Amino acid sequence: MTAPLLVAEDLVKHYRSEGLFAAKAPPVRAVDGVSFTVGRGETLALVGESGCGKSSVGRTILRLQEPTSGRVSFDGADVFGLAREPLRALRRRMQIVFQDPYSSLNPRMTVGEAVAEGIEIHRLARTRAERMERVAALLEEVGLDASYARRYPHEFSGGQRQRIGIARALAVEPEFLVCDEPVSALDVSVQAQVINLLRDLQERRGLAYLFIAHDLAVVRQIADRIAVMYLGRIVETGPAEALLSDPRHPYTQALLSAVPEPDPLAQRTRIVLSGDPPSPSNPPPGCPFHTRCFHPLRSERCRTEVPPLRPVHSTIAACHYAETSAIATVAP
Amino acid sequence: MTTLLDVRDLRVSFPMSGGGRVHPVDGVSFSLERGRTLALVGESGCGKSLTSLALLRLVPPPGRIETGSAVRFGETDLLSLEGEALRRVRGRRIAMIFQDPMTSLNPVFTVGAQITEVIHAHFDVPAREARDSAAALLQEVGIPDPVARLRSYPHQLSGGMRQRVMIAIALAGKPEILIADEPTTALDVTVQAQILEVLDRLRETHGMAVLLITHDLGIVAGRADRVAVMYAGQIIETAPTAELFAAPSHPYTQGLFGSVPRLRGPLGRLSPIRGNVPPPEAWPSGCRFRLRCPIVHQRSGELPPLLPVGPDHEMRCWLAEDGRA
Repeated sequence: MTAPLLVAEDLVKHYRSEGLFAAKAPPVRAVDGVSFTVGRGETLALVGESGCGKSSVGRTILRLQEPTSGRVSFDGADVFGLAREPLRALRRRMQIVFQDPYSSLNPRMTVGEAVAEGIEIHRLARTRAERMERVAALLEEVGLDASYARRYPHEFSGGQRQRIGIARALAVEPEFLVCDEPVSALDVSVQAQVINLLRDLQERRGLAYLFIAHDLAVVRQIADRIAVMYLGRIVETGPAEALLSDPRHPYTQALLSAVPEPDPLAQRTRIVLSGDPPSPSNPPPGCPFHTRCFHPLRSERCRTEVPPLRPVHSTIAACHYAETSAIATVAP
Repeated sequence: MTTLLDVRDLRVSFPMSGGGRVHPVDGVSFSLERGRTLALVGESGCGKSLTSLALLRLVPPPGRIETGSAVRFGETDLLSLEGEALRRVRGRRIAMIFQDPMTSLNPVFTVGAQITEVIHAHFDVPAREARDSAAALLQEVGIPDPVARLRSYPHQLSGGMRQRVMIAIALAGKPEILIADEPTTALDVTVQAQILEVLDRLRETHGMAVLLITHDLGIVAGRADRVAVMYAGQIIETAPTAELFAAPSHPYTQGLFGSVPRLRGPLGRLSPIRGNVPPPEAWPSGCRFRLRCPIVHQRSGELPPLLPVGPDHEMRCWLAEDGRA
């Protein structure tokens, strides 16, 4: 087996609050010891609800923000140890696609200039003509007309802008893309187009994706493996179909049961979690999920002892009682 | 079945920058029955939210409701009401909740003040009684420790709790109709499940009619009694929920179903609708879906009316006449 493309080990990102009383305020523990790997050409989906730390993971592994601690290696290179120049060279190989392409595109730049920017910075074309040719090819690859290069971002719909964002990320020929909620802001008919596009690009270019999302049905379309995050930690991870059909962590089970399915005849156990997730600046001791857990076996141990991630059936779950399902499992 | 609200040929227009007017809502008709839920489903720009705003005469200027539109609420035509008469209906007999509770709640007043304000606006009750009712309402929407929560400000609450407060405010006038415009779109999925449960329970206990506006077919399933799918300012298909999900007939509705990723069942490639949702000034003449439609029809240059496809099931597509649907 070849070594994974990206390895993240014990990643921690805490945010200190700023201001008058900042010294006394506890830090926000956005990412609290997260480890995972992404293989070449593989998609790992990082799933969770808002505030679970999934976007912070994406930004930290690209060093768009500095980590508090932990290690990330990309194709053997120590991402957090790199000096400015080698980091810049590495960034050509790791790119990001954001949820809202509009806020990441400069409104004064034409689409062509935006897509060409990376090509220029990394000197990937010798002449202007060659650069424009590459831009035209990229636009066509993401399903846009090459003539759009002369137009401005505001002239396009959300789905078209997301295609522009993808073309811009692909311009520097990366091997790895962080896709941070790339289809969440899109209408369902357009969302399906972009999901299919991302799948096609992956196949054609052998891309690896860290696909950050909250929608498990979307994730199922694209992920090889899934990691579920809760309060800054991975609580369950495994092959996509195994995790979706036989989830072992009560939180994964609750998340799955909460997805509204477009089928009026679906008779399923619906778990409605009580309360809100605790604040990441004051996470509970023991299992981070114990304050909302509904597992019939939950005990004093959950309140004191942090459950480690361990193999149970076909996934890896952080629950003391993962062998026993918290709900009657529903056949897929 | 008692018809509470009857909407006929509703049209809303906005001026275009180059002169002329566009009609983002263009001839919408439906009715709401007591204790029933009608879902208005569609993608952004289809006119579903503007339709709901028009019912309460909340169309933002320079938009206007065109003459010939009718919104009958019992004996009254809502479109002819003014001033005090309109206020007595709005928020009291017909209440509305929106996607983003933070923009509808006033940040400088406590939750208690905002609920009792509505109670005082509609009912002549002493302050103490209003406060008790407010606490009871918070309890009803599932807010723990309601008496203490009356003293909270909106920013001290989570998104889910704020939406519960909005629902409590909507219920304060004891409405007969609740318009819920994407009530859970901004919320996490586990919180969405909580809010939908609250709405389902309230509809049953209060016997309200609910107009549910959503882009999410998953929320419609198992909740709405009837569905109306909107595209380009018009209802393009309408049927009882089970019938629509079992036999979606309009090519647009079929395209929507083909686009929705599913959590269960065989995993296949999604089959999206080609192109993008066009803005009103770019709607084609004739059938408004024809440029994205996978089917070429000889009459697509003419705008089809709603045609029957089955019992209680209609669609705005010429295929209905051919019996090919």
